[in-house]
Amino acid sequence: MTAVLEATGLGKRYRRKWALADCTLQIPAGRVVGLVGPNGAGKSTLLNLAAGLLTATTGRIEVLGARPAQGPTELARVGFVAQDTPTYAALSIADHLRLGSRLNPGWDSSMAEDRIEQLDLDPAQRAGKLSGGQRAQLALTLAVAKRPELLILDEPIASLDPLARREFLQSLMEVVAEHQVSVVLSSHLVSDLERVCDHLIILVASRVRLAGDIDELLASHHLLTGRRRDLSTLPQDQQVISASHTDRQTTVLVRTEAPILDPAWTVEQISLEDLALAYMSTAGVGGHRDHNGRKTRGVVRR
Amino acid sequence: MIWLAWRQFRTQAAVVFGALATLAVVLVVTGLRLRHLYDTSGITTCSATGDCDTVAQAFAAQYSWLQTLVGKILLLLLPAIAGVFWGAPLIARELDTGTYRLAWTQSVTRTRWLAAKIAVVGLASVVASGLLSLMVTWWFSPLDKVSKSRFAPSVFQVRDIVPIGYAAFGFAFGLTAGLLIRRTLPAMATTLVAYIAARAVVLIWIRPHLQAPLHATIALHQSGSPDGVGVRLPGASAIHPGDWMVSAQLLDPAGRPTNVIRFSAQDGCAGTHTCLNGYHQALTYQPANRYWPFQWYETGLFLGSALLLIGFCFWWITDHRAPTTHHSSSAAQPNTPAPNPSHPRPRPDDPQRVETVQPVGRLSDVN
Repeated sequence: MTAVLEATGLGKRYRRKWALADCTLQIPAGRVVGLVGPNGAGKSTLLNLAAGLLTATTGRIEVLGARPAQGPTELARVGFVAQDTPTYAALSIADHLRLGSRLNPGWDSSMAEDRIEQLDLDPAQRAGKLSGGQRAQLALTLAVAKRPELLILDEPIASLDPLARREFLQSLMEVVAEHQVSVVLSSHLVSDLERVCDHLIILVASRVRLAGDIDELLASHHLLTGRRRDLSTLPQDQQVISASHTDRQTTVLVRTEAPILDPAWTVEQISLEDLALAYMSTAGVGGHRDHNGRKTRGVVRR
Repeated sequence: MIWLAWRQFRTQAAVVFGALATLAVVLVVTGLRLRHLYDTSGITTCSATGDCDTVAQAFAAQYSWLQTLVGKILLLLLPAIAGVFWGAPLIARELDTGTYRLAWTQSVTRTRWLAAKIAVVGLASVVASGLLSLMVTWWFSPLDKVSKSRFAPSVFQVRDIVPIGYAAFGFAFGLTAGLLIRRTLPAMATTLVAYIAARAVVLIWIRPHLQAPLHATIALHQSGSPDGVGVRLPGASAIHPGDWMVSAQLLDPAGRPTNVIRFSAQDGCAGTHTCLNGYHQALTYQPANRYWPFQWYETGLFLGSALLLIGFCFWWITDHRAPTTHHSSSAAQPNTPAPNPSHPRPRPDDPQRVETVQPVGRLSDVN
């Protein structure tokens, strides 16, 4: 697996507080990777480290095989859309495009202008007067028109209304389809990621809780409902992710590559959102009991 | 990159340089008239008639409003403006509004980003102050010829090249404060306070000792009526006009510093005019011909500090990397107070202290 982003024991401390601690992960190339996790999981810190805006306190991070932002070449290969999509309020859209063309050797001005035209934006308009959605689109335009190999987006849609969110993700998908760029996109809204991502990484408290292609993840997780029973009676290859019991009934999320054969269960396909929530919310039903040398629960390595 | 720096700065630059151009017109018109007045006022010929003081006073009062506005206010203000309004927000606003995340992820290293900003805004600060100082110096030159006190703080600090040093320092300090404090308004306030403090420190403790002052000891003589009241201290009149008296200290006959000389009209010495025999006044002063060396030293001091600060900024932004606040919607942002900017504030290694003594007032309460 070639990795666009590889972190080893990565940590970032602000004063006394660790925003990211001992994070080890690999993000595969050629995918649209969704990075999800609760607030404070370290997503933003990780992506800022990847963009070279932060320097790691401990550990190592490589982006496209190099230290992030160590020179103009490395900077040119990564496009970054920061959280809240900052733009210069006093500068017009046209100014921003000029900024892009002046500061990026690989600037694709026709692409940038086409995008602004498609978005129906007036180039003379000041960025400060744009709506949140329009500003996000402008920031995305700046990031993609420099023609990066890797596009990093740090919660670009968090503050957008549902319509603007949909339009933004639509734009993003068009860019990905057209230019074969690897994408890492963080969000705490899994439902948004489902539409655009083909790979998912769940980060909880700096640790990778789950990583894998979304198709595979959905195929290997099953929501089982049946009469109340003891979970220790489950087959060995079925790994319990979360479980809930009522007086009569047991609902359990299991992970297994094998088909579910037990007729006592009603097997349901789980949605990606529920899957992600199960991994994020359960600090470890089942999983943390893994002392017997099995792979850390949930982490797929290929 | 220069383009972006200029694009962000051009409105402010237009305002300031436009104002300077307007001021230039006013100063040229009035300055030429001032020169004409100088030639016709009789100052050049008054030594023959002997009423130079009156003529000089009348001339010095010309355009007093403009003297105050330009000499006292504008040129004192401009370097502070360069620091507070240009230097401090330069990086702080980008950190404040988050736009640094846009700027620093273009294909330009942040060293170049900073260099371009300094090149455009720093240079503009220095050039604006230099131009204003040039205009002011030219405009004031006939007045300065008359007043002859080029070392007076109100003159020395607003002429020739020192304003350039002040502007460079103000800008560089603002830049550093912005980088460390990371918020625009606190950085501006800090810059203003630090700028005033630095100027005061230099004025009070450093400038008098930029070169070892000269010393003169002058014996006091009693004069005037025999009742002993008429005592005149030699003071400034003992040194050349234009010299800068740094300190004056009375010494009693034993050579000890004193502030008061007590004697009364009944004392025997009053009649013989010998009461002050043995008393001296010890003066330390900087001769007038040190004006230019002092201009250079002080400019160098401020420029050097500015360069150190700018060097620090480059180090901080690259090697050290500004510790970026965590922009998180969860508001779990570590609200870190910036470390105190430990800017180098040079201190004189001169052990001498300047005594500000006012012996004249005390002497008048003889009896």
